[in-house]
Amino acid sequence: MKKTANNTQIITGNYAVALAAKLSRVQVVAAYPITPQSPATETLSQFVEKGELDAEYVRVESEHSALAVCIAASTVGARTFTATSANGLAYMCEQLHWAAGARLPIVLACANRAMGAPWNVLNDQQDSISQRDTGWIQIYARNSQEILDSIIQAYRIAEKLYVPAMVCYDGYILSHTVMPVEVPRQEQVDRFLPPYKPHTVLDPSTPQNLNLVTLANPRRDARGVMCHGYMELRYLLQEALENSLETVVEVDREFGDVFGRSYGGTHWGYRLEDATLILMAMGSVATEATVAVDQLRQRGHRAGLLALRVYRPFPKQDVISATKRAELIVVFDKNISYGYEGATCSDLKAALYGNSIQVPVHNYIVGLGGRDVKARELADAAERSLRWAEEGRPQKEVEWLNCHI
Amino acid sequence: MTESVLSLPDKEYMLPGNRTCAGCSLGIAYRHILKALGESTIVTVPASCLTVLHGMYPITSVNIPCMNVTFPSTAAAAAGLVAGLKAIGKKGITVVGFAGDGGTHDIGIQALSGAAERNTDFIYICYDNEAYMNTGGQRSSSTPLGATTTTTPVLGKAQHQKDMPAIMAAHRVPYVATASSSYPLDLYEKVKKARDIMGTRFLYISTPCPPGWLFPPKDTVKIGRLAVETGMVVLYEIENGGFRLTGASERLAAKGSLRPVREYIELQGRFRHITKDQIEELQRWVDSRWEEYLARQTPRPPDYSTLQN
Amino acid sequence: MHTIDCGHISSVSSPSIGEAGRTGDWRDSTPVIDPQKCIPMKRNKPSCFLCWLYCPEAAINRGIPVEIDLEYCKGCGICAEECPAGAITLVEESNLTIR
Repeated sequence: MKKTANNTQIITGNYAVALAAKLSRVQVVAAYPITPQSPATETLSQFVEKGELDAEYVRVESEHSALAVCIAASTVGARTFTATSANGLAYMCEQLHWAAGARLPIVLACANRAMGAPWNVLNDQQDSISQRDTGWIQIYARNSQEILDSIIQAYRIAEKLYVPAMVCYDGYILSHTVMPVEVPRQEQVDRFLPPYKPHTVLDPSTPQNLNLVTLANPRRDARGVMCHGYMELRYLLQEALENSLETVVEVDREFGDVFGRSYGGTHWGYRLEDATLILMAMGSVATEATVAVDQLRQRGHRAGLLALRVYRPFPKQDVISATKRAELIVVFDKNISYGYEGATCSDLKAALYGNSIQVPVHNYIVGLGGRDVKARELADAAERSLRWAEEGRPQKEVEWLNCHI
Repeated sequence: MTESVLSLPDKEYMLPGNRTCAGCSLGIAYRHILKALGESTIVTVPASCLTVLHGMYPITSVNIPCMNVTFPSTAAAAAGLVAGLKAIGKKGITVVGFAGDGGTHDIGIQALSGAAERNTDFIYICYDNEAYMNTGGQRSSSTPLGATTTTTPVLGKAQHQKDMPAIMAAHRVPYVATASSSYPLDLYEKVKKARDIMGTRFLYISTPCPPGWLFPPKDTVKIGRLAVETGMVVLYEIENGGFRLTGASERLAAKGSLRPVREYIELQGRFRHITKDQIEELQRWVDSRWEEYLARQTPRPPDYSTLQN
Repeated sequence: MHTIDCGHISSVSSPSIGEAGRTGDWRDSTPVIDPQKCIPMKRNKPSCFLCWLYCPEAAINRGIPVEIDLEYCKGCGICAEECPAGAITLVEESNLTIR
């Protein structure tokens, strides 16, 4: 591990976001205010106005337009950045689809916040989970350092595959909490992250038209070459997302070589080696769950944690390998797919049960709208799940933790 | 310089054999707009009839680079093109957002207002066929009073058109102009003028639609001309706040009389349900607007183009 | 049939005439120019060309003789309507004997 600890700053997650964008030499920033994301983009505007970052900062009138600006600027070859939260991300929805369909490697930081109605500015992950199927890579960070490093990594991943990437970090819990962060040197980042090259140049010298109406079936171009139909283009996007699993791991490893820090690629574990009781979570809940694992170990359970770092693409094989000794898996979701269960729980079950691994999975919906999640509560919940499994799973498979209804 | 049919450039950027309906006035307007803009141009287009004109993947019928964008985002996308081109150091490209009345007056107004307030250095062109023609002719906020659309099928529209050029003029952008596909030379001159101005430039173009307005395709130019001659459409420009009537409208003002609105209405099937009261109301609306225009002459306009975007 | 050879990862279109095919097939009547009446043809001097100006299809040339590209002309009839000399008439396709 290389030691470069001489540039450690005590900063919030939002400040780490701004620093990461600056270090990535973003060329166009477009953003609209929303709590708890705002300090990140305020800081970026400061960098630009002070001349510390040579970028165009477009102070748009909505999140929809923020992503429109990024889409257009990315199309002509500029590295673009935006950040948002909750309803802002939801307002971007059609643009998220558009960015992925146009294969533009935009990076977006999402300070996770609960969706209205009713209004709530505090954290859960319903916002980004709701945008799961837009074709974006989703990375969930656990602390300010990982936020900063993941954004730099996200540009490498996105620009290699021409797929947009979202770095998610829990609102307030990470966005507004100060932590020590080792800030990489610009030259190091420049070596790690080469300039962005667009896949298609939109320029008057070669007049092309991007994203016209595309038919269901393939169609020949004027020279007679058979070109894709809509479905083939969608297949290529899916293929890129699938390939991105490998790219995420590669980029994380290379990042480790250069900066001395890496994050386990698609996932990370805590005391997993001999664990038979496995807790699964994402983002800051995963950090909290490490403490719960220690408590469960003290109570005599062989507990461990599997934390998802990348939610899309879903690291199916990694999840299967990481849980192969599991006798029970307890999934904590800071989101709910209404009418079913937590989103990561469904994906885990699909990965396991589709491969004939019949381990019981118990799901807790936790921390919605900023409801506090304590390590002890997670540990107690895991013990309840043990009893649930022993008793032949009598109650519901999905429970709401700390819900006093 | 006053343009003539002979002075317009030969080069066609809009190619024949495209998907527009027979007699589409957008084809006339777009041809001459692109001639005026020239090849150092990038256009951005939301869902609209222009998308249809541009063709279907992998072939486009237009020789100008184009980026399609979501319905509400034309002006924001244009702002992104401007920012992106500046960021990568490409100079001398005119960025043009090009949308219909639905994409401008309705779903695109927020992004357009934002871009105009920031005085984004681009041209926004709204071609107005007075309904959502690409989706089958539903009512828009630019549909005139009394017009039948597929969502005002029985009673016709009960309100007047939204005055989009006035809304844009209220943003104090350097250049606002109205034009008509029936007066291509006036249109060409305005686009050329707009091309060489800095900041947000807004052009509104009246584009009659044979299948939507229900008149024979051969009458497209005639209907557009009648719109101007009756004052339903008025040709003007507002340069740095200074208003002046132009072209045919200027000549009508000098002559002192408009033709009655009834002459325009009776040639179009979309007005088949209009009532006598509505025709009178439409005439009052035209007359009062015309009086306002006649009264608005600015002797020495300020220069908004110096305000940086 | 494979489409991967086109090399596109997104929808990228290049310009060509006839994107919608031979749009002349849409026509039910055909514009015919009378060279005796057409102003530039009669005078043998570039002038008028209002048919060229107003053609929504860019299917008329601005030269002498004035020619209409019948491969793509959709037969809207604007040229005939706007011709100040009445030199263009629309003839129903079924009545056209010579092309």
